Amino acid sequence: MSYIEPHAHMVSRTTDDYERLALAGCEALCEPAFWAGFDRSSAAGFYDYFRQLTEYEPKRAARYGIKHFCWLCINPKEADDPGFAREVMALIPEFIGRENVLGIGEIGLNKNTRNELKIFEEHVQIALDYDLPVLIHTPHLEDKLKGTKLILDSLSNFSKLDHSKVIIDHVEEHTVAHVLDAGYWAGMTLYPESKCTPNRAIDILEVYGSENIWMNSACDWGVSDPMAVPKCALEMKRRKHSPEMIRKVTFDNPAKFLSQSPRFKL
Amino acid sequence: MLSKKELLDMQFIDARARLIDLAAFLDRLERHEGGDDIRLSYFKAALPILLENRPDRAKAVLERFSDHTTELSETAPFQGASGAPVS
Repeated sequence: MSYIEPHAHMVSRTTDDYERLALAGCEALCEPAFWAGFDRSSAAGFYDYFRQLTEYEPKRAARYGIKHFCWLCINPKEADDPGFAREVMALIPEFIGRENVLGIGEIGLNKNTRNELKIFEEHVQIALDYDLPVLIHTPHLEDKLKGTKLILDSLSNFSKLDHSKVIIDHVEEHTVAHVLDAGYWAGMTLYPESKCTPNRAIDILEVYGSENIWMNSACDWGVSDPMAVPKCALEMKRRKHSPEMIRKVTFDNPAKFLSQSPRFKL
Repeated sequence: MLSKKELLDMQFIDARARLIDLAAFLDRLERHEGGDDIRLSYFKAALPILLENRPDRAKAVLERFSDHTTELSETAPFQGASGAPVS
């Protein structure tokens, strides 16, 4: 099967993972800027990271015939220090025009703090200024429901924001309706221990439908599985979902959303 | 869509194993030293939801483990999450 991995942190993965993704049919993957597992000590660390996302990873992916795209921002875990966050955000204009940059992400909230929200809103404004799509991270575990509601409240203050150009990621059963009902796209992350299992993601598709929703592995340096999307596709097949339905959520939907960036070309 | 029987044929053994694992987890905790923990209180409070006659048990369990406050925090006490509102 051909599919798109719309959220993967390949800087944390091995080249063998690229090979496995290619063997499974991955045609393109998208890498949002995120937390490295530790806090960077300077904005220069992000400068190098943005170079890695825009220069090195596309070449690594290309060796396996995979198109690599990315999103830029300072992630919410490092956004609680606004001074530092703004230093990093000042780097974005230098990279925003690079050919694999799709938009601003993954921005959002982590511990639902006042500073995180401030920096989140400044990122949204950058996206509006450059007319770019937005990819939003919602918090983990007990913080997810509150963070999702705070994010939705905040977004409602941006009157010029096109909801169809915003995807709110890591939805689960208690947040997916909030996101879809507000007219945004929803992303389901398939993790072994947190977020959605493949079966729960399929349940969500059965209950809430397959419009404006995608699934991703969000594979990174933690407990995660780069093969999660094809494994979920297999589970969908076992649960007798049609090939068209599987294609829709693993290829057509991500292609439709991502094509809102003119740089997304397969 | 699969029939109920087909789903059971496919997933019953796995679900059974998970249920036994949960029971063993509670047995294990009881055998070990230590005081009360708010996470376990949330865990036990969520268990009766499984037996409720409703179509959205997963959502209800997730909501039980969620922070329902609405105000923004001034600072992040730590970067991670515990799985239940502990502070």
